[in-house]
Amino acid sequence: METRLSRYIWTHTRKQQLWILLVVALSMVPYFLSFDLPKQIVNGPIQGEGFEGPEATQAFLPISFSLPGFGEVNLFSGFQLEREGMLLALSLVFLLLVIINGLFKFYINTYKGRLGERLLRRIRFELVDRVLRFPPSHFKRVKPAEISTMIKDEVEPLGGFTGDAFVQPALLGGQALTALIFILLQSLWLGLVAAFIVAIQAVIIPRMRRRLLVLGRERQLTARELSGRVSEIVDGIGTIRGHDTSNYERADIAARLGRIFKIRYDLYQWKFLVKFLNNFLAQVTPFLFYSIGGYFALQGRLDIGQLVAVIGAYKDLPGPLKELIDWDQARQDVQVKYAQVVDQFSVEPLIDPSVQAIAVTSVAPITGALAAVNLSVSDDGGSKVVEHVSLQVHPGEAIAITGGSTGGGEALAEAFGRLTWPETGRIVVGDDDIHDLPESVVGRRISYASSEVYIFHGSLGDNLLYGLKHAPLTEVVYEGDKAAHRRWELLEAKLAGNPSLDVNSDWIDYGAAGATGPDDLFAKVREVLDTALLTNDIMALAVRSTINPAQHEAFAGEIVDMRGALRRRLEAEKLSDLVVFFEPGSYNVEATVGENLLFGTVTNQARWEKALESHPFFKTVLKRAGLHENFYEMGLEIAGNVVELFRDLPPDHPFFQQLTFMAAEEIPTYEALLQKVRGRAIDDVSEDDAIKIIRLCFGYIEPRHRFGLLSEELMAQIVEARREFSEGLPEDLVGIIEHYQPNRYIASASIIDNVLFGRIGHRHTDGSERIRAIVRDLFESLGLYNNVLAFGLDFDVGAGGKRLTAGQRQKLNLARALIRMSDFYIFNQPLLALDQRAQEQITRNVFAFLRQDDRKPAIVWVLANPALSELFDRQAHFENGHLVSDEAVETAAKDSDYKELAS
Amino acid sequence: MLATHSEKRTVMLLKDEVEMLRRITLFSGLPPAKLKLLAFTSDRVMYSAGESLFHQGDIGDAAYVILSGRADVLVATPTGQLKVAEVEQNSIVGEIAILCNTPRTATVKTSTALEALRIRKDDFLKLLADFPEMAVEIMRVLADRLSQTTSELTEARSRAQRAEA
Repeated sequence: METRLSRYIWTHTRKQQLWILLVVALSMVPYFLSFDLPKQIVNGPIQGEGFEGPEATQAFLPISFSLPGFGEVNLFSGFQLEREGMLLALSLVFLLLVIINGLFKFYINTYKGRLGERLLRRIRFELVDRVLRFPPSHFKRVKPAEISTMIKDEVEPLGGFTGDAFVQPALLGGQALTALIFILLQSLWLGLVAAFIVAIQAVIIPRMRRRLLVLGRERQLTARELSGRVSEIVDGIGTIRGHDTSNYERADIAARLGRIFKIRYDLYQWKFLVKFLNNFLAQVTPFLFYSIGGYFALQGRLDIGQLVAVIGAYKDLPGPLKELIDWDQARQDVQVKYAQVVDQFSVEPLIDPSVQAIAVTSVAPITGALAAVNLSVSDDGGSKVVEHVSLQVHPGEAIAITGGSTGGGEALAEAFGRLTWPETGRIVVGDDDIHDLPESVVGRRISYASSEVYIFHGSLGDNLLYGLKHAPLTEVVYEGDKAAHRRWELLEAKLAGNPSLDVNSDWIDYGAAGATGPDDLFAKVREVLDTALLTNDIMALAVRSTINPAQHEAFAGEIVDMRGALRRRLEAEKLSDLVVFFEPGSYNVEATVGENLLFGTVTNQARWEKALESHPFFKTVLKRAGLHENFYEMGLEIAGNVVELFRDLPPDHPFFQQLTFMAAEEIPTYEALLQKVRGRAIDDVSEDDAIKIIRLCFGYIEPRHRFGLLSEELMAQIVEARREFSEGLPEDLVGIIEHYQPNRYIASASIIDNVLFGRIGHRHTDGSERIRAIVRDLFESLGLYNNVLAFGLDFDVGAGGKRLTAGQRQKLNLARALIRMSDFYIFNQPLLALDQRAQEQITRNVFAFLRQDDRKPAIVWVLANPALSELFDRQAHFENGHLVSDEAVETAAKDSDYKELAS
Repeated sequence: MLATHSEKRTVMLLKDEVEMLRRITLFSGLPPAKLKLLAFTSDRVMYSAGESLFHQGDIGDAAYVILSGRADVLVATPTGQLKVAEVEQNSIVGEIAILCNTPRTATVKTSTALEALRIRKDDFLKLLADFPEMAVEIMRVLADRLSQTTSELTEARSRAQRAEA
């Protein structure tokens, strides 16, 4: 990149800068006209100059000029106007000039702004483009937050400066020079004095500002480091709290802020010192004029008129000069920022742009072998993790790499995956170095998956198909306003040096996934998810999601129909006790008391809480049903039990997770409440207290909490009260509760709850597992499976995929690699987070998947479990960075020593 | 529906569980209030015969106190599943994996219908931290098992030596 900002700006905005200079020059004409006009108005119509007689008129807008040797040329003799008319006409001209000046200003500012924004866009893009081409080792040295601060914040002032980069000095310099020349013409000596002071200003001030620049650079560096540290704190919050090092972090941040403060304070001191000096120099010139000029005048060597003119002209000098010096400071400031950023982004060796050139067409398979040739790789500390290893992977071969974490197999796999670059030796594909081949070949024909997973924020499906998005494959046809907008987008992208790739195009390379289009891609997706044992996870996510039945009417209807099918199925398999269904006329022991009472779910918890406390409806219904007192008794029991159980525990004790009735902080409140109401009948207890106790009942589930509080009679009473709740619900409470109806989809409940229309019993640990399996099976037989799975693929995985478990992330990462049809698959212990059984199962699945349909891609798998090596053709064993054995698996199995098993 | 359910419901209440827990040596030293808390924070689970509580190689997430019924402890060997022990009422299984964060060392499969209290890992560790007497009891059980294993190993070795000779 260009190291000087001014050159960078000039290179990219030359034409526009010249144009804006021209416009600025043009704008001077009405600007100076408007200076002269007030004088004309005051002298002419107002003071009556030229309107001596009562009927006198003057010409308005006469157009005449004199040509040398030709005399006066009169093109237009003007309108003859009286005094009032002239006043109005001149005032209107003044207004017109105001508008014209305003419009010029508006145009110039917008133009400069746009120029700056385009340059900002260009530079930001260029920086991100460089990030995409950084060598891998660089990423270990820089903090992500620092890079993003540079791209986001530090280059921002460059945009603002761009518009003024050339216009401002031309304009201000011109003004200052005019004033100086005028002074020189009036009096050579005084002019020289003024020029001398200006020269001092021009020499000393920038020199003093050099320190400001140094401080500015420090300020920028420390601020960037601060942002890096803050992001480290956010990312490492678990470690910080876990090790009780929060105060160490506080100390560190405080020290940094102290340093930043010192730098900034220094900066202020210098800045205002420079300002003071600058102002002083500006003011000392008139002093010299008055004293020296005055002395000369007294001596009679200088005309007093000249002196007055010089002093008058000098008024116009400090203004532009000061602005010019400010401009220079801004220039140096942004230059420093720019140089800093450029320095950070000038990383060698940057990947050549041609390596990442876009390739829209599909790429021919790799027919040669993937090989490490005398390869050595070092870690960041400089110690060799792979030493002089040569290993060939022929197409179609399956190689197991064993040897544990210190062996070097992982480092070799990383080198194959281009995550690390060789120190010496090469990785070759056929005859070419892997780093010389375009990424469109190695990034598509070689797939790499390790246990270090990065999941992008977005839907699960987007992440799964991420590895297929190499190039925009369709030309999106825009119509009407959208077409105009697209044209504008393309033009702007071109003007800012951005690529014109359309992000709205369909980027998914269906062919690379073995599909022909969006329609049959889903089958492939399912196959891959099954292989990675991810289908069940996604189904679980899907059935726990809520959908809007109005949007998916047909689907909601089928789910409701499934309820009957599920019951029949459970009855047929004699598993009816797995689920307790909701029946309008009976109590559901596995549901909470509240759910049984309402026979529905609360859709707005906050409103519900409020209504419970203050709305008379609940109390009346409970009283009428004879439940008021019973619930009070029951609430007392629950409160008593809970207080007894949890009283002695500190509020952050993990056992409180089991407590659903109240929050840990509420325990003392209830303890006091119990003391207060002991032995008193409900009628003697205040309304608030009674409600506090009664509400505890709503969360009670007998088989779960096992306090023994529900009798048959009480349950019957609750069922009895249900009808009143559904039928008598007052207007202002409608919408808080969504009632259960056997033939309607419950919008506020998840898909699985809608299918079950009941609660899974607590007594079987695997009850929910079994139900889920049965429900899955039913989805399959009813042809709903893919619909549900699609809801699961819409699941938002959160930032960095944090809403998935580590195991799910690794499975997703594996699936993401599998869905691409490549010639080489490098698996670098991709499933470390899973237990051994699952790892083994998935490894076998992957082999079955990659070996079907006559496909025979090469597989390189760094194995954590050497027992699986039987699946492979060859086993390469690494120890201390050396390849110690590389043989066909049959013989390897014979020799296998128990050292590996023991390690 | 209600009637059928209430017939099936043989709800064992918290206080009954406390009684059962008290009979287990490991917990016998705990005050009743703590036993009640343990029971409350644990899940009551039921298995029919032939079901697995957990599998060898799984990540351990809970220990089980067997309230009624019996189960076999099985270890995978190259020749198939080998039964190494049996657990029954009032014993605790699966605590090793949650103590030392290793995968399950064996599979536990019920041989009769079985009822157990499932104590989650975090809760169990918290209990150990809160009640050192429980930790000592665990140590005692482990030491017992170790000495038993050692003597079995010695026996196996000497048998092997004899066979070689």
